[in-house]
Amino acid sequence: MSLISALPARAATIALRPAVAAALDHRTRAAALAFVAAAAWLLVAFVILRWPDLGDWGRGPELAWASVALAAILIVSGALAATGSTRLGRLQRATPWLIALGLVFSAWEAGSAKLGWLAQPFFPPPHAILEVFTDDWPKLGESIVASVKLELLGFALGAAVGFLVGVLLGRSRLFGYWVHPVLRLIGPLPAIAWLPIAFFAFPSSWSASIFLIALTTGFPVAVLTWSGVASVNPAYYDIARTLGASRAFLVFKVAIPAALPQVFVGLFMGLGASFAVLVTAEMMGVKAGLGFYLQWAQGWAAYANMYAALIVMSLMCTSFVSILFRVRDRVLSYQKADLKW
Amino acid sequence: MVSAAVAFEAGAGSSLDLRGVSHRFALEGAPLDVLDAIDLRVGAGEFVALLGPSGCGKSTLLRLVAGLDPPSEGELFADGEPIAGPHPSRVVVLQDPTLYPWRTVSANVALGLEARGVLRAQRARVGETLRLVGLSEFANAWPHQLSGGMAQRVALARALVNDPKLLILDEPLGKLDSLTRLTMQGEIASLWRRAGFTALLVTHDIEEALLMATRIVVLSERPARIKADIRVEKPYPRHRGDPELVARRHEILGLLGFESAW
Ligand SMILES: Nc1ncnc2c1ncn2[C@@H]1O[C@H](COP(=O)(O)OP(=O)(O)O)[C@@H](O)[C@H]1O
Ligand SMILES: [Mg+2]
Repeated sequence: MSLISALPARAATIALRPAVAAALDHRTRAAALAFVAAAAWLLVAFVILRWPDLGDWGRGPELAWASVALAAILIVSGALAATGSTRLGRLQRATPWLIALGLVFSAWEAGSAKLGWLAQPFFPPPHAILEVFTDDWPKLGESIVASVKLELLGFALGAAVGFLVGVLLGRSRLFGYWVHPVLRLIGPLPAIAWLPIAFFAFPSSWSASIFLIALTTGFPVAVLTWSGVASVNPAYYDIARTLGASRAFLVFKVAIPAALPQVFVGLFMGLGASFAVLVTAEMMGVKAGLGFYLQWAQGWAAYANMYAALIVMSLMCTSFVSILFRVRDRVLSYQKADLKW
Repeated sequence: MVSAAVAFEAGAGSSLDLRGVSHRFALEGAPLDVLDAIDLRVGAGEFVALLGPSGCGKSTLLRLVAGLDPPSEGELFADGEPIAGPHPSRVVVLQDPTLYPWRTVSANVALGLEARGVLRAQRARVGETLRLVGLSEFANAWPHQLSGGMAQRVALARALVNDPKLLILDEPLGKLDSLTRLTMQGEIASLWRRAGFTALLVTHDIEEALLMATRIVVLSERPARIKADIRVEKPYPRHRGDPELVARRHEILGLLGFESAW
């Protein structure tokens, strides 16, 4: 190539360089991250397969091959990333996390099943927890259904009653005269304190647990609904009244919509508090649910089962919170979004 | 605009009659006298501006006329009937637009029709009234997406959609920037001329009162008494430089105790 003909091409390269270089840089980075993540998961498989387990835990090979499969997917995603494709983009965004998890799992496998540095039987290896999911899922599934049912019933009941009490406190003086002192006395009491009484006062420990979860949920919902209704801009009422609004209109079309943002704060507080009561009630009385499973596993020193139940429990709780966020974002869609859960 | 002219019956204003109206607030310790024996008659279709020092009781007087509070003493009549409570023929526009943030612009405008249970029959009026205030394109916007002037226009539409006989305006332009205020002064005056309602406007801007009102009532310091009742007989649209209005302005400034202020 002569010097003269090369010059314009070179000029173009120079002009394009920053943008192209940035894109290339981004691609190589994404691909490299995916390959490192694949390596981390191959390391997990290697650690599991290369050395024999110190104890008797199932599902080692399965976890190893699952890790290899994940590594294969990561290699494909790395190759795609290198070509600039955005397929498997969600996986690409997760690669830093997958690297970290691969390293943690490798270390966990080595430290527990292979070297015994982690005290046994308290810290079983990951593939022992996998065994719980693969072999004990009927019992685990049953527990999830029981917990979800108990939580949903108690929460819905508490939220409905709390909301009603809050609105009435905000709008009716007579209701406030009788209910406010009761709310002040009983509300701050942790619902768990009722537990011994509730279990014999109610026909079943199940209905007692629903009552306790509802009580825990209801208090913050009532207080925040009340405060929401009480702090409605009085001009909102004036405007509606001059436009011919009835009392019912003032409650349903002014007070309640205006208070809804506060009501949701109460619902979030109530939901968080209700989880504690749910687990406690299941451990102490109801012979079903994840809390019961957890305690049963502890009785048998089945530590892998406890970790599995803990994982499922946190997934359940976070799902409840996510759903409530979804509902809130939908109901309060007129507001500018403030927080992404 | 043609549809708007059809929508509002001309000459539909109500008359007002205030007889010896006094008002006091029961504060801890001493009661606070706010209004002192106000006698005021307003003819149907008049545009009355109320001027007075801040805190003298102007908003209180408007609340009594709207029927939001009963007076401590005296009587108020609209079209010869005692004012016993709020009525959709008497609507208010406040300094803050106080739109409901959970309702879209058109749902805010529809508020009065909905409250009276006539929304289904009169839904078309919502669009007409939004067109009247120039906000058709924002029918589905949320209040937080509006500028101050637009929000106040929506508040005006929310009042006008009810075809009021008396429009009560409490410093409606007080928080707007001066250019928006100028535009809206003209708009409100022309709406009033076309629709024929009676208007009661509280303002702290003498020029605004002179540009818009047929009559200016000057109130004293609290407890408010009527200090002067001035007719402004000038055709619309009015011009702020008009020598007669300038003379009136000095006269009113003097009444408010600012002889040497200009
Ligand atoms: N609801 C109320 N309770 C007690 N005092 C009030 C109330 N509303 C107004 N006031 C007092 O009455 C006086 C007149 O108020 P207002 O009518 O709002 O004055 P303005 O002429 O500025 O509109 C003020 O001193 C105010 O503090
Ligand atoms: Mg005022």
